[in-house]
Amino acid sequence: MSSQSLNLTLKVWRQQNAQSKGHLATYKVKDISVDMSFLEMLDVLNERLIEQKEEPIAFDHDCREGICGMCSLVINGLPHGPEGGTTTCQLHMRKFKDGDTIFIEPWRAKAFPVIKDLVVDRTAFDKIIQAGGFVSVNTGQAQDANNLPIGKETADLAMDAAQCIGCGACVAACKNASAMLFVSAKVSQLALLPQGQAERERRVLSMVKTMDEAGFGNCSNQYECEASCPKEISVGFIGKMNAEYLRAGFKSTSGPARKSED
Amino acid sequence: MKLDSRIPSGPVEGKWDKRKFDMKLVNPANKRHYKVLVVGSGLAGSAAAASLAELGYQVDCFCFQDSPRRAHSIAAQGGINAAKNYPNDGDSVRRLFYDTVKGGDFRAREANVYRLAQVSNSIIDQCVAQGVPFAREYGGLLANRSFGGAQVSRTFYARGQTGQQLLLGAYSALSRQIGLGTVKMHTRTEMLDIVVVNGHAKGILTRDLVTGKVERHAADAVVLATGGYGNVFYLSTNAAGCNVTATYRAHKRGAAFANPCYTQIHPTCIPVTGDHQSKLTLMSESLRNDGRVWAPKAKGDKRKFSDIPDAERDYFLERKYPSYGNLCPRDIASRSVKEACDEGRGVGETGLGVYLDFADAIKRIGEPKVRERYGNLFQMYEKITGENPYQMPMRIYPAVHYTMGGLWVDYDLMSSIPGLFVAGEANFSDHGANRLGASALMQGLADGYFVLPYTIGDYLAGQPRAAKDKVKTDAPEFTAVEKEVKGQVDKLLSIKGKRTPTSFHRELGRLVWDKCGMARDAKGLSEALAKIPAIRQEFWENVNVLGEGDGLNQSLERAGRVADFIDFAELMCTDALHRNESCGGHFRTEHQTEEGEAKRDDENYCYVGAWEYKGAGVKPELHKEKLEFEAVHLATRSYK
Repeated sequence: MSSQSLNLTLKVWRQQNAQSKGHLATYKVKDISVDMSFLEMLDVLNERLIEQKEEPIAFDHDCREGICGMCSLVINGLPHGPEGGTTTCQLHMRKFKDGDTIFIEPWRAKAFPVIKDLVVDRTAFDKIIQAGGFVSVNTGQAQDANNLPIGKETADLAMDAAQCIGCGACVAACKNASAMLFVSAKVSQLALLPQGQAERERRVLSMVKTMDEAGFGNCSNQYECEASCPKEISVGFIGKMNAEYLRAGFKSTSGPARKSED
Repeated sequence: MKLDSRIPSGPVEGKWDKRKFDMKLVNPANKRHYKVLVVGSGLAGSAAAASLAELGYQVDCFCFQDSPRRAHSIAAQGGINAAKNYPNDGDSVRRLFYDTVKGGDFRAREANVYRLAQVSNSIIDQCVAQGVPFAREYGGLLANRSFGGAQVSRTFYARGQTGQQLLLGAYSALSRQIGLGTVKMHTRTEMLDIVVVNGHAKGILTRDLVTGKVERHAADAVVLATGGYGNVFYLSTNAAGCNVTATYRAHKRGAAFANPCYTQIHPTCIPVTGDHQSKLTLMSESLRNDGRVWAPKAKGDKRKFSDIPDAERDYFLERKYPSYGNLCPRDIASRSVKEACDEGRGVGETGLGVYLDFADAIKRIGEPKVRERYGNLFQMYEKITGENPYQMPMRIYPAVHYTMGGLWVDYDLMSSIPGLFVAGEANFSDHGANRLGASALMQGLADGYFVLPYTIGDYLAGQPRAAKDKVKTDAPEFTAVEKEVKGQVDKLLSIKGKRTPTSFHRELGRLVWDKCGMARDAKGLSEALAKIPAIRQEFWENVNVLGEGDGLNQSLERAGRVADFIDFAELMCTDALHRNESCGGHFRTEHQTEEGEAKRDDENYCYVGAWEYKGAGVKPELHKEKLEFEAVHLATRSYK
């Protein structure tokens, strides 16, 4: 712990609503403790703005412990800021220096329209999950949990994929605004597990179709998504999803074919 | 108001079977004629919404976040209990039941807890079937670990993110139903009131947080699964958005609020660093499987941890509770930490902290194994504190974490308003005065997957089926409630005073933490009760909510929640003052044993205290539901 404090210049994206044009507004903040989280620093600014009768900056946040996936923010051009494997709410001000200028912008992607200031609409992610990111099992239909042994390595790998918090940083980081890392994490989790086998082909076809329809771009293998992912989800899962998609194309006669983009 | 818990007769083992058999059913073809509103999309809400839709009911589900997957159940770390007895260490439904009743310091309703233990195994089965990647052994079977208040290993887990994986399981079931069109999901939507028609809950009023539009929703039944009220303390491990608004506004419409003074202070959280602090972060109880809690033996010992030899360290939980050691229940561990700090033996800059030390575990099983078990927690700790817990012990201090009190419900989880059901942390029923670790996830999913789908059917079977007989949104009751709701929004926007909503919240939080926190007494509680009306008065004269009501306005959302917290704090302190005993997390300093443990008064307080709202500024009326213990003996808890 340290009692050091920072004076900073913030350039923050302000936009009244989805229809209006946005702009970068400049704010100075003083005496920011290095023990504060990035969002606590914005809290301090917002409290001050209210006192000055200026509307506070809208931003999404909830758990403030890096797991709910609600917080976002592109900080100095990087989704969730400069520290790897970290959400914005877990980013602390000790990672910045006194006198720094910090640019704060919303996720930018066609599929994530701005609602206000730094808040964007990520319902496209929910739609992709609704298209197939599940095992069709009704409550009460399950057998005893230990009737289905799953090797530790497989379970661990499925868990690596399942850790995705659905924040959308992968999309914000990608120059094509591709959602492949997000979609592949769910596809891979369920393709790896025996529970996911029955719907393996229809799942990947349907989720990819919905992803394309939502306006997300394609993957061009530059891996910014992995670099910006707060849960460090591996791009290896994108390869896995491509293989799943190809496999489903061969096996399925009913599923939609993916349009060719290249 | 007359509270009827409707506990089925007969031995505790057969009550749930009996109740299920006695229930009226709605035939499969008729289910589509009934609509249920589920408010909240955490474990209880998502599980209930998905399960009810699978049965064929029309379901509308509401959450204030941008997606149902964000609900705060997601932050639960350590695990979920079940009586599977896979480790062959003597567990059983009866033992899980007994441990939970005892852990709750004999202030929970026996019949509900037994049912919870009974359905616990089905929860694990269901979650595995959904593809929840629980931890496994090399043989492919499920792994278990230990949690507080139990001497068996019955906790299933997915690294330190069990809540996340269970919620994503429930979210996937819910998403499937949304995709099928059987659940209509309303995100970024906050419930502002419920509508009661002829004594039955028949709808809700919501505000669309993006457009600001106030909307009416009519239905045949309403489920509140809106979580606990821990954020009344301002600082807690709850998410920033967690609030009491839905349950408190239902309380104002006639739902009794039970045991609001039962709050859980979790022993192992990261200590406060300064006034800017917006939330506290939990370090999972699972860490106490391998971490050892200690403080220096000497007062004011400011040496670095590594300079304090073993003989001068006090591993106080192991010393005081040799048979449970570091895994004693949360209320007991928290009080011991506070005691060490109050004696001047706390560590860190503020002196409000003790060590949670992994040096022995790293020596015993090696750093890789420790990393595998707790890696994400260690990483989280490092990010927040800038200290590496592989090299130095964590510093921890208790923080508000969970609330056992909630809306009163009968055995069917129906509140004192017919047709209004309450599930998960929002109800009061299963944890008594202290919740054991890994039991919240169990209860949320038990309520949502395995209780409500049955009990709501029984209620709906008695409700009109034909459209012409149903309450519609043009009923005068909707108009009246909408007027009140809009009136409050307009009022908050019109005050334009000098203070921010957050500043009131912080002031209130500090007051209730000081007077109604880990230790309480009649004097302090009376002081709090004298001060709260002044906070309320200033709030309604001097709060400053900028912006408009017809768009996204986070200040307005917060102001409405703070207003309810202020009123609720009064109820919580009233309950704490009336309960003139110590039990579980409710520690009245006037009532303690010579060793400083909670001293219950079973003769006078072996009841659920359920409060009826009597109007603004009027003292609520207390109703008592006597707790009968037939299957367990009322005993003094001992973890020695």
